[in-house]
Amino acid sequence: MNFIIQFVNSLTSGGGGYQLLNHIINGISLGSVYAIIALGYTMVYGIAKMLNFAHGDVIMVGAYVCFYAFNAMKLPEPLAMCAPLLAVCAAVVVCTLLGVGIEKLAYKPLRAAPSLAVLITAIGVSYFLQNAALLLWSSSPKVFPSFFVIRTTDADGESVVLRSVQLGAVSISYVTIVTIVSCVVIMLWLTWFTGRTKMGKAMRACSEDKAAAQLMGIDVNATISLTFAIGSGLAAIAGALLCSAYPNLVPTTGSMPGIKAFTAAVFGGIGSIPGAFLGGLLLGVLEIFAKAYISVQLSDAVVFAVLIVVLLVKPTGLLGRAIREKV
Amino acid sequence: MKKKLLCALLALSMLFVLAACNGAPAENPGNNDAQTSGDTNTPGGAQTPDDTQAPADNGESQSEPEPAAPDDQAGLSGETEPEPAAPVEGAFKLGGTGPLTGGAAIYGNAAKNGAQIAADEINAAGGAVKFELRYEDDAHDAEKAVNAYNALKDWGMQISLGSVTSKPAEATSAESFADGIFSLTPSASSPATIAGKDNVFQMCFSDPNQGTASAQYIGMQNLAKSVAVIWKSDDVYSKGIRDTFLEEADAQGLDIVSDTTFSDGNATDFSVQLNDAKNNGAELVFLPMYYEPASLILAQASAMGYAPKWFGVDGMDGILTMQGFDASLAEGVMLLTPFNADATDDATAKFVAEYQRRFGETPNQFAADGYDCVYAYKQALEAANATPDMGAAALNDLMKAQFTSMTFRGLTGDEMTWDASGAVSKLPKGMVIQNGAYVGMD
Amino acid sequence: MKNRGFSPFRFLTYLLVIGAYAALQVLQARSELSATMRGMLVPICAYVVMAVSLNLTVGVLGELSLGHAGFMSVGAFLGTSTAIALQDRIPVAGVRLAVALVVAAIFAAVAGFLIGIPVLRLNGDYLAIVTLAFGEIIKAIFNNLYLGVDAKGVHVSLLEDATNTAETGRLIIQGPMGIGGIQKISTFTAGFVLIMISLIVIFNLVNSRAGRAIMAIRDNPIAAQSVGVNVVKYKMMAFVVSAALAGSAGALFAMNYSTVVANKFDFNTSILILVFVVLGGLGNMFGSIVAAAVLTILPEALRPIAEYRMLLYAVLLILMMLIANHPFVRGLFNRFKRTGQIQLEAGADETEGEVA
Repeated sequence: MNFIIQFVNSLTSGGGGYQLLNHIINGISLGSVYAIIALGYTMVYGIAKMLNFAHGDVIMVGAYVCFYAFNAMKLPEPLAMCAPLLAVCAAVVVCTLLGVGIEKLAYKPLRAAPSLAVLITAIGVSYFLQNAALLLWSSSPKVFPSFFVIRTTDADGESVVLRSVQLGAVSISYVTIVTIVSCVVIMLWLTWFTGRTKMGKAMRACSEDKAAAQLMGIDVNATISLTFAIGSGLAAIAGALLCSAYPNLVPTTGSMPGIKAFTAAVFGGIGSIPGAFLGGLLLGVLEIFAKAYISVQLSDAVVFAVLIVVLLVKPTGLLGRAIREKV
Repeated sequence: MKKKLLCALLALSMLFVLAACNGAPAENPGNNDAQTSGDTNTPGGAQTPDDTQAPADNGESQSEPEPAAPDDQAGLSGETEPEPAAPVEGAFKLGGTGPLTGGAAIYGNAAKNGAQIAADEINAAGGAVKFELRYEDDAHDAEKAVNAYNALKDWGMQISLGSVTSKPAEATSAESFADGIFSLTPSASSPATIAGKDNVFQMCFSDPNQGTASAQYIGMQNLAKSVAVIWKSDDVYSKGIRDTFLEEADAQGLDIVSDTTFSDGNATDFSVQLNDAKNNGAELVFLPMYYEPASLILAQASAMGYAPKWFGVDGMDGILTMQGFDASLAEGVMLLTPFNADATDDATAKFVAEYQRRFGETPNQFAADGYDCVYAYKQALEAANATPDMGAAALNDLMKAQFTSMTFRGLTGDEMTWDASGAVSKLPKGMVIQNGAYVGMD
Repeated sequence: MKNRGFSPFRFLTYLLVIGAYAALQVLQARSELSATMRGMLVPICAYVVMAVSLNLTVGVLGELSLGHAGFMSVGAFLGTSTAIALQDRIPVAGVRLAVALVVAAIFAAVAGFLIGIPVLRLNGDYLAIVTLAFGEIIKAIFNNLYLGVDAKGVHVSLLEDATNTAETGRLIIQGPMGIGGIQKISTFTAGFVLIMISLIVIFNLVNSRAGRAIMAIRDNPIAAQSVGVNVVKYKMMAFVVSAALAGSAGALFAMNYSTVVANKFDFNTSILILVFVVLGGLGNMFGSIVAAAVLTILPEALRPIAEYRMLLYAVLLILMMLIANHPFVRGLFNRFKRTGQIQLEAGADETEGEVA
């Protein structure tokens, strides 16, 4: 541990280096939130070949469920530590059901329809979720509880709340660490799941060719439902992490991060699981750098300009698969 | 052919929609020139004994216990809000637009709820002046605000509450000036809202006022020498305050060491702005913004271990009442605000209790502004001996005369007066947050 | 190419627009229109032009664009600025409006050309995301642009107001505050004329040699290229025309309100226009017009249900897509679909699946 601190200190001895490191860490913490949302986008796109614009709003629902579940729970002291975990579990269950329900009602009837029709339906679902949330939970912002803090008492016996770990001159918040770790775990699990398990293979088969997959005895509808279930479950986790990092919760909480994460997914190559992770992190770092070194107001423009340049050089994103067009 | 059939279907539905749009006014011939004939609607209305309507509504919602804990109930009770009051006989038709949906919905709903409480109280008291209040959604958008305003005109609005947010208000106030409908906006604070319109008045401070007052306060009290400003670049309110703040800061000899912004698209991560302020050694950070982004800034500053003095403006009020907000984050925050929900005077306490009972939340400054607007109208209408059968044009003249001459005492100020430009004059109170409550500064 | 000459479908579209205009004018003259309807006439015209112009990109060219509102923004800001700058020189509002619309179209066309260079190299979802990115970039630029006009000419600056506009001049675009104090010179008649011009331009383009080339590219770019169609040129042609029309629609829209801000023309507006196009039918101009009018009026017509309004709007949107694509309804349509089908629609149906 000591040598890490020494290393960080050596990096941070100069003012500029310290700044740079600080910005990278902030960028990664923002990017890890984008990455975890992008994983859900890319999962659904990769299998069902549709842009699920309602994903950001499922995240918002997940965060609300988590918020209310956490506040409703009155656990005795030894169990109180588990409350956040239980709240997230509740959110995962609700969002999974919601995702499958949306798929059954709104997307499944459009399996044979042009993909633009599905896109518009997804936007309709997004409007629906936002407005339903507005009616159900009102427009006033809720402040999400801080799950990832350590409460201790300091030398004077006063209780202090630790939110970040200090490494020399830079601090990394616990939320960031948890988000990155969960992001990596989820990414590895998804890669393993789609690559090694029977259901995962069925998913990939559906993504390649639905008709052929059906002929091979794969239940295409069930597979796509499963994809939505997993994607929405991930959205719930993403919602909890997003709101832990940026604790304001309103009915439109999911929409802007949703668009950014969608951009991140395309950046990394939509449909590619490691691509979503990479795209998310890069987008976050890029955004913070643009804010710090160019201009806060133009940071979005810079991020999108870089995206355009990347797509021009690699038209299918960083890790996307190039598909040769058949003549 | 398929498309044609579909089109025919759509065309049919358009006809229906058109009919629906036109249906209501068509029953009331002559309704189109709303300025003069807004009153023709009222006598034609349903002849129900409506004086009991508002109290009845209250009775219904009384059964809802006041939710103290922030649990599921608190959230859901937002729904128990009474239906918009049914036509009140012999009442003034008072209309307003605000963002009831979308990202700015907190502000619109607060102003609407505050105004509704005032209108219901006034109607229940049974005086000479009664109000029929109607709020339409503008989703914080100029186009929809004009649509909403026109819908209110079709309904027969006689006097207007303008729009809640500044940009939509700029659009609707131009309409309301052209139509000669008097307008008193609760919270649209930009100077452009009232500029060049002699019948548009504000209940809130205008932005430049606040910037100057804040800089003066910081300078006079010697709170800090080096100051950072974080403001929202796409918000008229925030920009207006920041511009005049910088001017006055110069005069007060304050050193502005950091001046950074954010906008709607990136209002979540403030690490860059806070780092800039920190590295430039700002002792005090001025936050001319609403409480929602401010709460995020406070949380992130705390997470990075940065603890300067914080100074806010009236939009910051409401931060303590956010459900789940950790009040220790706001400890020591100073702000200039005309209203605080913790005030102990009777009027405020009564309003806050009523608001909590009906909407399950603590009112913010927007709610108080909405409430004050309706009472200011009551006072002005009573003083002018106005009657509900007067047209919008007649009321326009009466109100212009009243508002420039009267003094109004409300929740957001003790001695409010208006000049001919429509700007209000009232004193902001300096407040500091200590142990999760406002304490007067001075 | 049997529809070279008289096309009943085009005729029907023109007839609908003229008929609707005449009917609304009569109603307005007899003052039977509600204030709500009167207030929405100009925005409906602007949205109709937006929808038919986007339909040229999405339906006829076959490329999904998620940044159409960006061109609207270019036209709105630069067209309105022109009108304000010329306020004293051209006292007649109608002429000033016409000049502003033309200037808006030119600027938007230039923007369309510049954006088209990189965008049209891409395909499918990647093209869509790049148009989205451009829409956001345009929004960010107009949110930080300051433009002033005085005796010395035009001054422009980014981020901070460094235009040094003289006291006698006027700072027209004020960064995030957009343009304020706009004279409302847009009229319903101007909107009607703009719709007619757009339709004439689009129908003539679609039914020309260039139009057939564009549709050939949509149906199979590689085949089109192999028979000697210059893919880049024709793609660009459609894209630029579409952008120009969107620009003038933006100017028409902006000059109907006293204020305009860049945030109005965001991703959601682009999506809204796309909804008009998809609901009206790809490549189907008649459908776009009807869908744009219906979906603009719908949220206003739903006002009586107050807070449930947008919820119901969302449900209706989903239902409309579900019903329009229900196998039974599609089958029903297909049974009727045989005679007198115009080329435009026939192509659209087969390629719908490939777009996006």
